[in-house]
Amino acid sequence: MENKISFTLNGKARSVTTDPQRSLLEVLREDLHLTGTKFGCGEGQCRACTVLVNGESTASCITSIGDVDKQEVTTIEGLADGDKLHPVQAAFLAEGAFQCGYCTAGMVMGVVGALKENPKASETEVMAKMQKHICRCCSYVKYSKAINRALAQPGKGHA
Amino acid sequence: MKTSLPPGGIPQPDYEELNYDELVERVDYDFGLSRRSFVKVLGAGLLIAVSLPALAQESGRRGGSAGARNLAARIHLGKDGTITVLAGKVEGGQGARAELTQAAAEELGLPASSVQMVLADTSLVPDDGGTYGSGTTPRTMPSVRRGAAAARNLLIEFACTQWKVERDAVEMREGKIVHAASQRSMTYADLANSDNAAKLFEQSVPSDVELVAVKAWKVLGTPVLRPNARDIVTGAHQYPSDIARPGMLYGKTLRAPAFGAKLVSIDLAPAKMLKDVVVVQDDQFVGVAAPNSSMAEDALAKISGTTKWTTTPQPSSRELFDFLKQNAEGGVPANPFAGEFAGAKVVHQTYLVPYIQHAPLETRAAVAEWNDGKLTVWTGSQNPFAIRSELVRAFHLSDERVRIVIPDFGAGFGGKHTGECALEAARLAQAAGKPVSLRWTREEEFTWAYFRPAAVIEAEASLDAGGKIATWHFINLNSGPSAVETPYSVGKKNCRYVPSKPALRHGSYRALAATANNFAREVFMDELAAAAGTDPLAFRLAHLENPRLQAVLEKVAKEFDWTGRVKKKDSNLGVGLACGTEKGSFVAAAVEVEIDRQQKSFKVRRVCQAFECGKILNPANLLSQVQGGIIMGLGAALREEVQFEDGKILNASFRKYPVPRFNDVPELDVHLMDRPDLASAGAGETPIIVIAPAMANAVFHATGASVRALPVRLMGA
Repeated sequence: MENKISFTLNGKARSVTTDPQRSLLEVLREDLHLTGTKFGCGEGQCRACTVLVNGESTASCITSIGDVDKQEVTTIEGLADGDKLHPVQAAFLAEGAFQCGYCTAGMVMGVVGALKENPKASETEVMAKMQKHICRCCSYVKYSKAINRALAQPGKGHA
Repeated sequence: MKTSLPPGGIPQPDYEELNYDELVERVDYDFGLSRRSFVKVLGAGLLIAVSLPALAQESGRRGGSAGARNLAARIHLGKDGTITVLAGKVEGGQGARAELTQAAAEELGLPASSVQMVLADTSLVPDDGGTYGSGTTPRTMPSVRRGAAAARNLLIEFACTQWKVERDAVEMREGKIVHAASQRSMTYADLANSDNAAKLFEQSVPSDVELVAVKAWKVLGTPVLRPNARDIVTGAHQYPSDIARPGMLYGKTLRAPAFGAKLVSIDLAPAKMLKDVVVVQDDQFVGVAAPNSSMAEDALAKISGTTKWTTTPQPSSRELFDFLKQNAEGGVPANPFAGEFAGAKVVHQTYLVPYIQHAPLETRAAVAEWNDGKLTVWTGSQNPFAIRSELVRAFHLSDERVRIVIPDFGAGFGGKHTGECALEAARLAQAAGKPVSLRWTREEEFTWAYFRPAAVIEAEASLDAGGKIATWHFINLNSGPSAVETPYSVGKKNCRYVPSKPALRHGSYRALAATANNFAREVFMDELAAAAGTDPLAFRLAHLENPRLQAVLEKVAKEFDWTGRVKKKDSNLGVGLACGTEKGSFVAAAVEVEIDRQQKSFKVRRVCQAFECGKILNPANLLSQVQGGIIMGLGAALREEVQFEDGKILNASFRKYPVPRFNDVPELDVHLMDRPDLASAGAGETPIIVIAPAMANAVFHATGASVRALPVRLMGA
């Protein structure tokens, strides 16, 4: 059964006509060709698939496309302002925080989500949320440095 | 460890190269279709355009890695000034792209940003062998440097000939050859546009070309960032699972309910009735492809209930270690020194290491596309040319008809040597007549990828009256020969690897058997030190002659304040040491654990590691590899263990198989010891080998109960 689902994606109105039970992740990647959001586990355990739904960090692999009808979705592709990286992206790049980089988009979105929720969040508060994210290269030390760098940057919470 | 100087001046570490390909059993698909059938299935199509000189590899070589046939196969100078370097290695997060770019840029006299690096496209690059065994640094780096240095010399010779000046009248400056006296300069583009450029690049890469000396390095030795780093943070980089082709379908593979199960029958009709769904059965392989993944899943669900299977008895993780001992080839060898024990102190222990999974964050993924009987597969793998061979064999093609492209992918850790997913995607694409993307689920990756081998290690040693090791008997069952030899000076030794019957399909892993063998040996060293009544540091140093291993051990002891901490009278704290050498690099670690006796648990508070791999090529990348190796090692030591029964994996998810997360990271104190006087060795593997034993020794120190099995569990608290 197919439904028309309309939502705001990276600031623009989009609609898809599809089975509303398909995951947001699958529709983003396969129908809308936004492949920056990654599949890691399919059960919300690794958060490689993190996007923002109404500004809140969300595992897109366990969110159905039907659930984002009339909602606002931001993916990693929607963060940078033209050539200007979002401050969290810039911090991750400056630290060379990642190794294979497959978890990076999810990590960036996780930090942006935490800061959108509370722009004055402390390092401890942000790190508590980042506990949901897995980096199998175990680049956690450099990610922590990058997150700290991001916390010190202006404009870090916008998305 | 000696180093020898071959022609070309780059000292080579003196160790045996393991053939990692031998360690894993490849999936035996055979999709033999005649070429006529391909044409029938596919119709006419376009070839993928190849923009660079093809025939990069020596022809007729199978299995080996021939390297670059000539200069053109290694370096392409564009007439527009672009410089492209080609290498058969892959980038899976370990840093090959940055370091190979640095290697080429250094010799070409250019900044790293001026060099494009094409990796692991079998139709374009030389076969530099698989990316494993820490081989990129000691073997591919020198090969790329020689090629780049030869290109630089060609430019110099060309300029001198054109200008009719002596070679010492010109110099390289910012990627140009400059004749200061006449204020003339020339670039690689000028060489590329010259009449005989193509002919010049047909020559083979000279082995004796002079390389830039370490002290003159401008690009190597610096913390160059991964060249495509920006695309990683923007999400623009396309991993294998992100590749999209026109008309592409999404695939799913039917999996057996258990290892060893054989498909007897299946009714494909329920899936074949679905619109736009392609269903394939080819002997034991059954798969579907559909316009999206949900449709493919639905189609697979409709037929998976109609299957009948035969099963065979399979071992379980509960009986794993007995199983490995019972199936040891030729039995478990006896200690040949048993007759010499009279009066000596003898210690005999058994160490157990379970199966673990690599669990790379990007599961196996492949996109396959057929055109005119030619097959192109984009996939994440450490072994592009071996995977091409798998496809060539399964589809009865020639090498020239299969192209493997490895986009920078989501990690491997030794777990992506094989081509299962590429084979399955190719078979689906063949049936569909359209490109097919196949991405394994996490459960598939945890179940149908291969595992790090489990081990039973028997260690027995006798001490002489002076507390020195007189005899040493060390037997690894099942997991492999890496680091089975001891780096310590012992009286007489018998170190052996004895294969067993694997209880699960196993293969390579980061440092492979060096993880199990270092765990057993270094825990055993602490047990021997205790038997000798000696401090673990002093006991090790008394048996060490290798100056590089001594140096890392002494560095860690100093930085960790071993002597101060080991005497601390806090009964809830324990400290442990371990050291080892593998793949030509040297490592030592000290770990502090805190025991919670009420909870019967412990926490790793601090890890101090000293690591030395010769001359450091990229300190930022090296630090990432060392930190990552330490934390990955903590995961294997603390929790990771594959549980299985009746041919099924019982913990095939991140929920049931917890890997390290942010809050597992202890205070890390890493010391990278640069040795500009020594050849660079690989560093992706060795940092992991000391973590489990150092942690186990710290628990032993705190509780008085030895830890002889992984993951580390508290017994004596």
